[in-house]
Amino acid sequence: MASLALSIKNLTKDYDNGFKALRGLSLKVETGDFFALLGPNGAGKSTTIGIISSLVRKTSGLVEIYGTDIDQDFSTAKKYLGVVPQEFNFNQFETPLDILLYQAGFYGISRHLALPKAKELLSLMSLWEKRHQQARLLSGGMKRRLMIARAMMHDPKLLILDEPTAGVDIELRRSMWSIMRDLNAAGTTIILTTHYLEEAEQLCKNIAIIDHGTIVTCTSMKNLLGRLGSQSYLFDLSLSLNEVPHIPEIVARLVDSQTLEVEIQKGKSLCDVFDWFRNEGIDVLSMRNKSNRLEELFLKLTKSSPLNEEDAGSI
Amino acid sequence: MILKDALIALYTILYKEIKRFLRIWVQTLIPPVITITLYFVIFGNLIGARIGEMGGFDYMQYIVPGLIMMSVITNAYANVVSSFFSAKFQRSIEEMLVSPTPNWVILLGYVLGGVTRGLCVGLIVTAVSLFFTDLEVQHYGITLITLFLTAVLFSLGGFINAIFATKFDDISIVPTFILTPLTYLGGVFYSLDLLPHFWQTVSMVNPIVYMIDAFRFGMLGVTHVSVTLSFSMIIVFVLILFFVALYLLSNGRGLRS
Repeated sequence: MASLALSIKNLTKDYDNGFKALRGLSLKVETGDFFALLGPNGAGKSTTIGIISSLVRKTSGLVEIYGTDIDQDFSTAKKYLGVVPQEFNFNQFETPLDILLYQAGFYGISRHLALPKAKELLSLMSLWEKRHQQARLLSGGMKRRLMIARAMMHDPKLLILDEPTAGVDIELRRSMWSIMRDLNAAGTTIILTTHYLEEAEQLCKNIAIIDHGTIVTCTSMKNLLGRLGSQSYLFDLSLSLNEVPHIPEIVARLVDSQTLEVEIQKGKSLCDVFDWFRNEGIDVLSMRNKSNRLEELFLKLTKSSPLNEEDAGSI
Repeated sequence: MILKDALIALYTILYKEIKRFLRIWVQTLIPPVITITLYFVIFGNLIGARIGEMGGFDYMQYIVPGLIMMSVITNAYANVVSSFFSAKFQRSIEEMLVSPTPNWVILLGYVLGGVTRGLCVGLIVTAVSLFFTDLEVQHYGITLITLFLTAVLFSLGGFINAIFATKFDDISIVPTFILTPLTYLGGVFYSLDLLPHFWQTVSMVNPIVYMIDAFRFGMLGVTHVSVTLSFSMIIVFVLILFFVALYLLSNGRGLRS
């Protein structure tokens, strides 16, 4: 088996209206990876996914799925691939069972072979009871799960999930995370795009950030998060503070009388802060990150992209 | 994709298409029966009785082949244009485009779906016509081949229309402004011999003339143009539309950006 699930080299896409969606994008995703592809709206994520799945024609560049060049043998490359698009793209008048069986048929899997697989996936997604109901009558979360089940019908080695949890409530989102983790653990390489950066941080091993049609950074999640120069925390306190405390080498500010925001430089211990609270006889009721760490990095990276007018400086 | 897998994909599309038009049978199978019954009652019984004979047959008998053919044409066309455009509109066509299913299989699947609906409606209309007149088919082979090729031709036409359509209005423009006039002027209700020589010549550029004429020959044994010429014309049109449709699909026209 090829060690790379996906290899993209110098991919460009110029639309007819002159818009350059991709400007020489290169990317490698290892087999078995859980990979985050992040970027602001219009960065080129969907165009990239569209090219990989044949819905968008590339202008130039090379795309290989498990070592198969899509220009040479797209039919084989497509067999490796499962795609869950952003928008619902199944026939709303068909039933979940039919949608899955048809999907198998498009991949050359006969109906009697597909039926047990459809049952397994619909059960996994808690949709078996709804198998004979028209898809338009399913809830938003059920439709999302149906799309994942459909994409898994032919056992793809590479699954691309384009914002699979958009508009989904937190409970359902967490159950979908669990499903995605299980799929990845079972050997499916997953590429995830999402606007919920907490989701990417929780699930993904490696990450690429795309902006203005090019990759701004591509590294492991751990590496990326390690680039943060500082982190901000919010402390909820048992007593009110009248003024900002002076803690050596730590920048602090009062959000309100009982909430203190503290910025800790990379490598600096939080113990100094807790020591100060202990000395002052103040209990810490709770502590949380001011914002998601990945979110801070994402904003800095996309803001400092060379194609942006404003350079945000170092991370 | 190997042939066996391609055949499974073809069967899947055909099954999906048949299930679609059977699911909405009140919209797909009943209206043509009502329309054609009205034609039989009004043109056949009421007006036909005053017209007398045409081409050596009762007027009712004479128009039956044309009315059957008209039903097949409109239903084969309507099935493909509405189904394929709906799939485009709902983006469910992406299920097939993202899969390894070859373009020729997608095209053939939709066309066979249209042919099946066209033939189903043709069969029902033929059964209804037996309540109004006696039918004695003269050439079964010619009748069936003409019916099949005509359904194929108009299914292909519906497919091309759906590819170019960007809104629901676009799928009714061709049937309203092209298909219906050509069908009515194709000799459904009259013999071309009744027309002045000039209009007979003009009628010969209407492809539907050849289909109705060949079908009428198969059923009644009378013809205005030679059956060989009619078959040749139909086959040529089928081949042209097939390759145009396949080119458009391969090119991703209206489907891939």
